Amino acid sequence: MKTILAIMLSAMITDNFIVSKFMGICPFLGVSKKLGSATGMGIAVTFVMICATCVTYPIYHGLLVPNHIEYFKTVVFILVIALFVQLVENFLKKCVPALYKSLGVYLPLITTNCAVLGVTVLNIDNNYTFVQSLVNALFGGIGFALMLIIFSGVRKKLEYADIPETFKGVPATLIAASIVSVSFMGFSGLMS
Amino acid sequence: MAENKKSLFGELTKGIIKENPTLVMLLGMCPTLAVTTQAMNGIGMGLATTFVLLGSNIVISALRKVIPDKVRIPAFIVIIASFVTLIGFLLEGFVPSLYDSLGIYLTLITVNCIIFGRAEMFASKNNVIASAFDAIGMGIGFTLALFLMGSIREIIGAGQWMGMDIPVMHSNPMLLFIMPAGGFFTLGCIIAAVNKLKNKKPPQEITCGGCEGCPMAEKCGTKEADK
Repeated sequence: MKTILAIMLSAMITDNFIVSKFMGICPFLGVSKKLGSATGMGIAVTFVMICATCVTYPIYHGLLVPNHIEYFKTVVFILVIALFVQLVENFLKKCVPALYKSLGVYLPLITTNCAVLGVTVLNIDNNYTFVQSLVNALFGGIGFALMLIIFSGVRKKLEYADIPETFKGVPATLIAASIVSVSFMGFSGLMS
Repeated sequence: MAENKKSLFGELTKGIIKENPTLVMLLGMCPTLAVTTQAMNGIGMGLATTFVLLGSNIVISALRKVIPDKVRIPAFIVIIASFVTLIGFLLEGFVPSLYDSLGIYLTLITVNCIIFGRAEMFASKNNVIASAFDAIGMGIGFTLALFLMGSIREIIGAGQWMGMDIPVMHSNPMLLFIMPAGGFFTLGCIIAAVNKLKNKKPPQEITCGGCEGCPMAEKCGTKEADK
């Protein structure tokens, strides 16, 4: 039970995907401009992370390990994720059009989000059990969403700030991200 | 022939400065921030990415007429992932120390936007030789950017450079720079510096020299054929 709690905290806060592992920086910089799109992207990523973990974990331990082809995991995982994203997109389009409308744009982007491939590979590398993997995926996703939402607020303020000409745009965003990252460093004491 | 040679040279050099994938086009940010705590890691990551980029660009451009348009994205991904697996084996066998320090980010080259972006934007439309030159140029640009990031962070954050101690800095390193926050900060400052350098040049007259090497080619509606 204790390990699960530790995984939860570390996935969500201390080892946050964005500010400490640097995964998923592209969507972080791309869609964190507005609160709505940040929330949408966060939910979509969390959803795909959980589903991808559900699928890749049995594939790795049931198919690749018995056949001694563990080294195929990169190829297999990325294909599974790409197929899965496509599947989810089609499913939502047919069955839950309201959700599709709000997530639709972000779904294809998720295939090339390092955080999703990252979480599946990390689960394998850390020798997590199935339940631990799911917890890691769920809370990693929540941490990702949390970071996008927090940062969308920061960026809103940034728009009204008087920034030197050369720092306008991406540089200012990155430096703001650096400050947010410092504040997350404060949580690192939680884990020791 | 001379024209041809010149354009190949253009493919090679455009990735280094004018269309630098990291600093100008802002692709592949994750490895740029994650592995650049040391200059050496930056070079290693850059060269590994260059290898994958070169391999995938050559294969994709050779197969560009065979791969149906509808399944091109999964096909590209499989090709790229195969090269990543290959470089993983090579590094594990020959440079195990680098393999350990790159860790999971080596696997994540698969989803590096630079490789996918070049496959989609360049290799699927151009011949093998041009694609190879494009890959080498982009790879060098990426490696240089990573090396710059890594050097700055290592010198300020650890007081070392490529393993050598730097006299005054070594006794008082600013640890913050090798932490994640320092990565964001350094990259922000470098991009600001690049912006400054770009704006310094007198605004050139807008004469379209063709879409080759034009950073706006994606947004500009003019087709290659119309020029």
